[in-house]
Amino acid sequence: MDVKLELPIWILMQDFIPKGIAVVFQKGYYQYYKYLSMKKGNVAGLSMVLAAYVLFNRCRSYKELKQEQPSEYH
Amino acid sequence: MNENLFASFITPMILGLPLVTLIVLFPSLLFPTSNRLVNNRFVTLQQWMLQLVSKQMMSIHNPKGQTWTLMLMSLILFIGSTNLLGLLPHSFTPTTQLSMNLGMAIPLWAGAVITGFRNKTKTSLAHFLPQGTPTPLIPMLVIIETISLFIQPMALAVRLTANITAGHLLIHLIGGATLALMSISATTALITFIILILLTILEFAVAMIQAYVFTLLVSLYLHDNT
Repeated sequence: MDVKLELPIWILMQDFIPKGIAVVFQKGYYQYYKYLSMKKGNVAGLSMVLAAYVLFNRCRSYKELKQEQPSEYH
Repeated sequence: MNENLFASFITPMILGLPLVTLIVLFPSLLFPTSNRLVNNRFVTLQQWMLQLVSKQMMSIHNPKGQTWTLMLMSLILFIGSTNLLGLLPHSFTPTTQLSMNLGMAIPLWAGAVITGFRNKTKTSLAHFLPQGTPTPLIPMLVIIETISLFIQPMALAVRLTANITAGHLLIHLIGGATLALMSISATTALITFIILILLTILEFAVAMIQAYVFTLLVSLYLHDNT
């Protein structure tokens, strides 16, 4: 039985040595701060905070919500 | 379903610790303070809105009443932001708790009334009898006015609680109805979904209006008493 891993092409181009992985995170970090500057106070920043709040509340009420799921077995 | 309907109104605790403190404090994160003259967009927008509201609300008061500006502006900001945040999915709205609304309404009302009684005793007592009442009606009217005075903080608190709670319940119910109807008939589900959208728009308006009404009434009680 073969398992075929379908990864996008760019991820295969990266080298999987530890330094290479760190470079990926570094690039992501710089890109993030290039596109989303916290000093300007834009709507994306606010919506991130609100999304985190929604997620936090969902985690908090997960137990009660679990009973509402239509079926346990998918 | 009955138990699930009211499950979103119980006070959130985590491992026995009150989480509600954090939730009550959360809206203050959304109003950043800034000491600069020219701020970023976000802070400028908030300051502009605050100036608009304070001018509109505090212009009717004399200088003595205007000392309450800070209190009333923080009140309207707190209630407005808490109500609006409660419209996000799964969130807990502190203003649905009667205890909290009573805790806001009673001290503010009592402060206004006691200020009136201390500084302008005659005028405050005169409020108990409207002008031009026929003499036989006077005793009954004084009793009625006293009752209406003492009911003011209760009405303030219960109005806010009931409006916000009812809105949240309606959204839960109609949302559940939409989900249940989807497997039965698609057109009815679509109609119910449109009702849900309209209701959500209404709830946004109600959230802000209730904050305004609360603050306006407190400011009116203040105006009567200063």
